Amino acid sequence: MATQHSRMAARVMVAPSVGLLFVWMIVPLVTTIYFSFLIYNQLYPDRQGWAGFDNYYYFLTDRSFLEAIWNSIVLVGGVLIVTVIGGILLALLLNMPFWGQGIVRIMVIAPFFVMPTVSALVWKNMFMNPVNGMFAHIAKAVGLEPFDFLGHAPMASIIGIVSWEWLPFATLILLTALQSLDSEQQEAAEMDGAGRLSRFIYLTLPHLTRAITVVILIQTIFLLSIYAEIAVTTNGGPGTATTTITYQVALQSLYDNDVGGASAGGIVAVILANIVAVFVMRMIGKNLDA
Amino acid sequence: MARKPTPAAKTTVTLLAWTIGFLIFFPILWTVLMSFHSEGDAIKSPVEMLTSVWSFESYAEVQTRSNYGLHFFNSVVISVGSTLLALAIAIPAAWAMAFVPGRRTKDVLMWMLSTKMMPAVGVLIPMYLGFKNMGLLDSRLGLVAVMTLINLPIVVWMLYTYFKEIPGEILEAARMDGASLRSEIVYVLTPMALPGIASTLLLNVILAWNEAFWTLQLTTHDAAPLTQFIASYSSPEGLFYAKLSAASTMAIAPILILGWFSQKQLVRGLTFGAVK
Repeated sequence: MATQHSRMAARVMVAPSVGLLFVWMIVPLVTTIYFSFLIYNQLYPDRQGWAGFDNYYYFLTDRSFLEAIWNSIVLVGGVLIVTVIGGILLALLLNMPFWGQGIVRIMVIAPFFVMPTVSALVWKNMFMNPVNGMFAHIAKAVGLEPFDFLGHAPMASIIGIVSWEWLPFATLILLTALQSLDSEQQEAAEMDGAGRLSRFIYLTLPHLTRAITVVILIQTIFLLSIYAEIAVTTNGGPGTATTTITYQVALQSLYDNDVGGASAGGIVAVILANIVAVFVMRMIGKNLDA
Repeated sequence: MARKPTPAAKTTVTLLAWTIGFLIFFPILWTVLMSFHSEGDAIKSPVEMLTSVWSFESYAEVQTRSNYGLHFFNSVVISVGSTLLALAIAIPAAWAMAFVPGRRTKDVLMWMLSTKMMPAVGVLIPMYLGFKNMGLLDSRLGLVAVMTLINLPIVVWMLYTYFKEIPGEILEAARMDGASLRSEIVYVLTPMALPGIASTLLLNVILAWNEAFWTLQLTTHDAAPLTQFIASYSSPEGLFYAKLSAASTMAIAPILILGWFSQKQLVRGLTFGAVK
């Protein structure tokens, strides 16, 4: 079917997408790499020159870098644990027959469509605020001292907010996977006397492995670049308690005007993300063959 | 499971599922409820607030005190504009890759996806400085361009997985019957491709509407979409809960409704077809 002529046409049709993405990826990336080797601070325009690996040296040996890496790991890891375990439990529940499945599904999926700045501010003010928030009102009603969530447990609070945003995604994907589970196999196992738990461990969980992997990998990509939730709740603080790599690089470039240093940080972030990306690509590539 | 559950079991599951569903949905519901009360009532205890007078006061105030219409308009222009532009670029590409796959089609698809894996901070600085030099900071045009490029890989992928499901034999049959390339596209392919294109459009409008890295970095006021407008409430003056609620309700309502329609497409779209 593919003649010489149609091949030619196909190339022409693919060219704009490939060309644009190539420029979008290569030009800024090469520029960032170039900046990362320069002494380039917008506040000191007279100090210029070649920095060699100094920017990387300062970024990587700065104590705040290790903290930021650690904060990124805690944030991403925390959200993954909550959403994957919560998502499995919730998907199992929603996969059982009950009245009003459609409505419950709609309620569960809703947080995913709320823009990050809205969900962060709603949680910060209407719920977690130690004076006027819902949790403070409840604490006072039962005679407890209101807790300053974002002040005293900032990272846990942000993990909570972000988990609320991503739990629907995990649930929906795991639920979709559950629905393709072979029910005859389950029944056969049940007749052979397999209990609920062993059916879950030996049949359901292996079936879900692929979906769980997909959830983990895709969420990691999105979670690594979490920005708005931090910017409108804690601004990376108190201190540097919630400053992740993404947030630190944004701060360094836009507020400290340290283009060189921030570029080095950006490249470090790219390298870290690529390590994750390799796994994602393999996963999806395998599916493409199937 | 095919087996019929006992009524008692079904009732228990129903109660549990509704409770959890309600709790997950509650923050949104609460925001909507709060938006219909005055500032003074919004900070009272939940029971006092619910029993206080209901009003549209805060909606009116959001309209008069800020240029809400402008930010809403910006959100629409940026999300719809970038999605349409991405579709225009991606449809031919996805089409060609689905129907005339070459030796390198798979590599091209994977490479496109890999551009999506690049963290935004890696390219933030040149983008920011470039935008500044070209006078594109805080411009709708600049943001539409960025959002188009950000979503292009997802658009190509989604369309590709949809087009891939259109059987090639249908084309051959049409050709045998003497259909020209034009009528083949208009009468055979377009009707089959439309649902896929529609879901792609929907999902990408949602993603672009809620995007909150580039919109926060590259806009301040004139081109600021709702994400940035809502962010301005992070350092407010005076009482603001009711106003924040009203603004939030207006910002999420349209997309929430669109989102509910796109549930199914969401899974395959965001997993690049890995889970269907």
